[in-house]
Amino acid sequence: MSFAPAPRKYVIWSIFIGVALIMLGRLFYIQIIEDKYKVLADDIAIYRKVVYPPRGVIYDKKGKVMLYNKVVYDLMVTANNVPKDIDTMMLSSILEIDTAEYKRLFHRAAVRNGPLRKSVMMEQLSQEQTARFQENMYDFPGFELNERYIRTYPDSSAAHVLGYIGEISKSQLKSDRYLSYRQGDYIGISGLEYYYEEVLRGQRGIYFLERDNFNRPTDPYKKGALDTPAVAGRSLELHLDAELQGYGERLMNNKIGSIVAIDPKTGGILAMVSTPTYSPNMLSGRNRTKNFGKLYVDARHPLLNRAIRGFYQPGSTMKPLTALVALDAGVITPSFGYPCAGGYYQCGKRVGCTHSGGGHAANLRLALANSCNAYFVHIFRKMVDAEKFGGIRKGIEKWYEYNYDFGLGHPTGVDLPFELGGLLPDSNTYNRMYTGKWNSCNVMFVGMGQGEVALTPIQLANAMCIIANKGYYYTPHFVKSIAGKKNDTSLVKYHQKHVVTKIPDEVYSIVKDGMSDVVKHGTGRVAALPDIEVCAKTGTVENKALISGKVVQMKDHSVFVAFAPKENPKIAIAIIVENAGFGATWAGPVASLMIEKYLTDSVATNRKYLEDRLTGANLISPYVYIIDKEQKYRDSVREVRRLERISYLDSTKRVEDSILVNKWLKHTYGK
Amino acid sequence: MSRTNKSFMSRLDGITVLLYLLLVGIGLLAIFSVEYRSTDQSLILSGKSHTRQLMWLGISVFIGVIIMFTDSKFFSSVAYLSYTVGLFLLLLTIFVGTNVKGSSSWLGVGPFRFQPGELCKIFTALALAKFLSSPETNFRTLTHRLIGAGFALVPAILIILQKETGLALVYFSFFLVMYREGLPHGILITAFSIIALTLITLLVDKTILLYILTGGAILIGLLIRKALRKEMMARVLLIGIWGICILFSQFVVPFMFKSVLQKHQVERIYTTLGQEVPEAYLDPEDIGKRRSVNVSGYNVWQSKIAIGSGGFAGKGFLNGTSTKNEFVPEQNTDFIFCAVGEQFGFIGSAALVLIYLSLMLRILFIAEKQRSAFSRIYGYCVASILFFHFAINISMTIGLAPVIGITLPLLSYGGTSLLSFSILIFILLRLDADKHVMIR
Repeated sequence: MSFAPAPRKYVIWSIFIGVALIMLGRLFYIQIIEDKYKVLADDIAIYRKVVYPPRGVIYDKKGKVMLYNKVVYDLMVTANNVPKDIDTMMLSSILEIDTAEYKRLFHRAAVRNGPLRKSVMMEQLSQEQTARFQENMYDFPGFELNERYIRTYPDSSAAHVLGYIGEISKSQLKSDRYLSYRQGDYIGISGLEYYYEEVLRGQRGIYFLERDNFNRPTDPYKKGALDTPAVAGRSLELHLDAELQGYGERLMNNKIGSIVAIDPKTGGILAMVSTPTYSPNMLSGRNRTKNFGKLYVDARHPLLNRAIRGFYQPGSTMKPLTALVALDAGVITPSFGYPCAGGYYQCGKRVGCTHSGGGHAANLRLALANSCNAYFVHIFRKMVDAEKFGGIRKGIEKWYEYNYDFGLGHPTGVDLPFELGGLLPDSNTYNRMYTGKWNSCNVMFVGMGQGEVALTPIQLANAMCIIANKGYYYTPHFVKSIAGKKNDTSLVKYHQKHVVTKIPDEVYSIVKDGMSDVVKHGTGRVAALPDIEVCAKTGTVENKALISGKVVQMKDHSVFVAFAPKENPKIAIAIIVENAGFGATWAGPVASLMIEKYLTDSVATNRKYLEDRLTGANLISPYVYIIDKEQKYRDSVREVRRLERISYLDSTKRVEDSILVNKWLKHTYGK
Repeated sequence: MSRTNKSFMSRLDGITVLLYLLLVGIGLLAIFSVEYRSTDQSLILSGKSHTRQLMWLGISVFIGVIIMFTDSKFFSSVAYLSYTVGLFLLLLTIFVGTNVKGSSSWLGVGPFRFQPGELCKIFTALALAKFLSSPETNFRTLTHRLIGAGFALVPAILIILQKETGLALVYFSFFLVMYREGLPHGILITAFSIIALTLITLLVDKTILLYILTGGAILIGLLIRKALRKEMMARVLLIGIWGICILFSQFVVPFMFKSVLQKHQVERIYTTLGQEVPEAYLDPEDIGKRRSVNVSGYNVWQSKIAIGSGGFAGKGFLNGTSTKNEFVPEQNTDFIFCAVGEQFGFIGSAALVLIYLSLMLRILFIAEKQRSAFSRIYGYCVASILFFHFAINISMTIGLAPVIGITLPLLSYGGTSLLSFSILIFILLRLDADKHVMIR
């Protein structure tokens, strides 16, 4: 039967073996030689889930929450996954927008990250929107909700201190500070949020999950060996007293100015008010961009933190510091007196003094209590002209050194970003001003806080701490502890005591007595409290502004510094109310109420009238709006000129168009 | 016949049994790994595929035992009868078949569902073996050759009518058997030529191909013009081949693609060639929808990713990210090879290929040892069917062949498939146990 020739079986054998060999070759190629499949397999099957930890919470001195995280939902869309025939009418009614707005938002989201990637279509849906969308979610493939935290401020206060957060910008992504950040991350942009970014941020968690063909996560990849858990941001506990802060903001309502209150024993800032202020919730909610724009163009500059960035001449509040310098340098003793008869005439021109009675500057204490201009101008000149320093320039340098040590002329180092240092003149300043020809008569006004010296409110408050502490201070700061730890490395610098004078305690007592007299029977009587001995100094600072090309004498700044109680002080405070008048009229009552509020936890009923007077007053000078308008006009003119210049330079570059350019030049700029 | 008195078990071919068990075992592991989730509480879960497959293995072994106790002559005597029953079942399926995924090749009996097309492979193998081994058959005559071809083609046509073209193609493997039994060498050459011509037809534009073929014929005619002048036969041959080529490329292939093959099969063939389906072969409403092409390419793409990402040693058992998460469609059945490729890498897949090769060569070896032609031819049938399944299935998972829905023998999940391959092999083992007995 078997007639088939035997070799045929070998043909079949070879076919079998041949096919198997081709397969082995192909397998060898795709499994060993070609390596793109491994990457592709990981791409399609491994899902990198990023978990953002909640940012750290901020508590005040008493453990009250000042800032926490609220859960909100964003509507995300992957444009490519949205079918053409979804019910846009229904979706827009769920989202409470019209279809035109829906189309605009949808288009914007599709363009932002490309149609294949998820991007935010609507931020922070309301609770009703969220609930209604969740009910109907299955009707709208391609859309989903993304849970997110936003910062919420229960008190709506301390906006400048706490700061705000926002999405990281493209340019920030490139900077070294934000190396570990990715697009879409939130960062602190100002205030404590910025300064303590590393503390508050926590650590992003990354989880690798396997996913199935419907993009649903299944098992952890490699049993979670590559995962890094999310670490929540650490909390900050502040020295700030939320109640006092809110109270200060109320008192300063409708005024331009600042309050800084510091606990002299620790350097902890109890309140920092800069007005006009704004509710921090404005820069956290859904309308933060719109709100920011509004605040940005506001003529009163509410975004400016005047407490650390506002420059003010201290006026008479500088006088205690002048005294300290003179005492420490040994040019005067507390018993030193000056025979002032209502003015200072030694430099020719009269320097006015409010008192003319004999002996009102018979010693330091009296001079301080009566705020004698002549006395302090005199001791300032005595100090800078002192023979032991050898000349006015050396004298001014010495004076500069003292004040520098007091924290003036440079940022104090408070834990807020963008602090400015104020102005403190040294010999170079005057060499430049007077082209080298000057003497102590030219510079004497700085001794009474006028002239070339400018301080920030925080520097002023810090200077009060030096007197309150009798010669030392701690760098002012907000944060008492980080996640309960007082000795966190980033807080070490705030535990360092700065001893700045060698003046004995008895002499300090005399300075304190003088400041106490200010309250008892001097210019600062308004600050007197029944059971607490308050030490204070008023200041009334002349200032001028350039309006419509004319120098206009503006209403004086009202300045007041104080600390209390006299023995063992618990609070040092500096207040500036711009263009308000006498120091005692406006800044004084603010200081007094703040001290009372802080030390007794309440304000006596018989002083409520003061509170009402303050909260009701609007002291914002109408000039503020004029100045701002003119400034904006100047800016816009400058911008137009800049653009014109660019277009002019651009057009002259083109040689072939030179005839046209000439014509244009003639036309635009005349003959 | 002293050897026939030996114990029955010792007459079973141990190597084949071993290879069979090895493959079934690998299949169970692969199916298990595909559906395994880290949250699973126990290994055997009702509703999981591997549990059902285990049950089918039990049934297969049970039937295997029955076969072992059946007289070896029984198979040849029922060959034609079973073939007739098989054809009847196929016919029945066309009319009362259950529709599963677009093909009505399933027949429901109580809770069970099976594919007569799968089982019919056994009956066809038996019938063909019976026919070719019969003393009356002279396989040199055209009539008998046509009858032989008919044995394979009739069930194939019935299965095509059930819209299960992949399975129907398996019946072409019987031509390998017929080649072994005497079909001229030309049949292999013709088969390869047809495949080559089909591929060229798909790749080159119809009109251009017409010019190329005609130009080629004229060129050859000029080269052998002396022979053409002398020999009538040469003229007929040249014009005949040219005519057949033209007919095939201009009419047969377009007709096949337009009217015989399923839409998804057309897509798959074109996808394998890396081409888009020409508009002529698309339904009018599908013109312009390019997505469907991507869908059929998706299977192979995912399959290649799964296998390719296995690398040299694989990702390890139960660590296959692609297969475990259902990225490859039909993972349990047609694409089970991905599970091996991804989890055990080149080592594992090469080993599997070699196991299959060993099994097929062992069967050929057994077949050649048979005393009776029936057993030998049946052995060749088993090897050819295995080979066809093995070659097409693995090739399609690694992008060497179009995606044709046929299973990987003994590995793929599916009761009928496992059962029919088991029966095929068990019958061979039974016949081999009586290899010195003359079976007609």
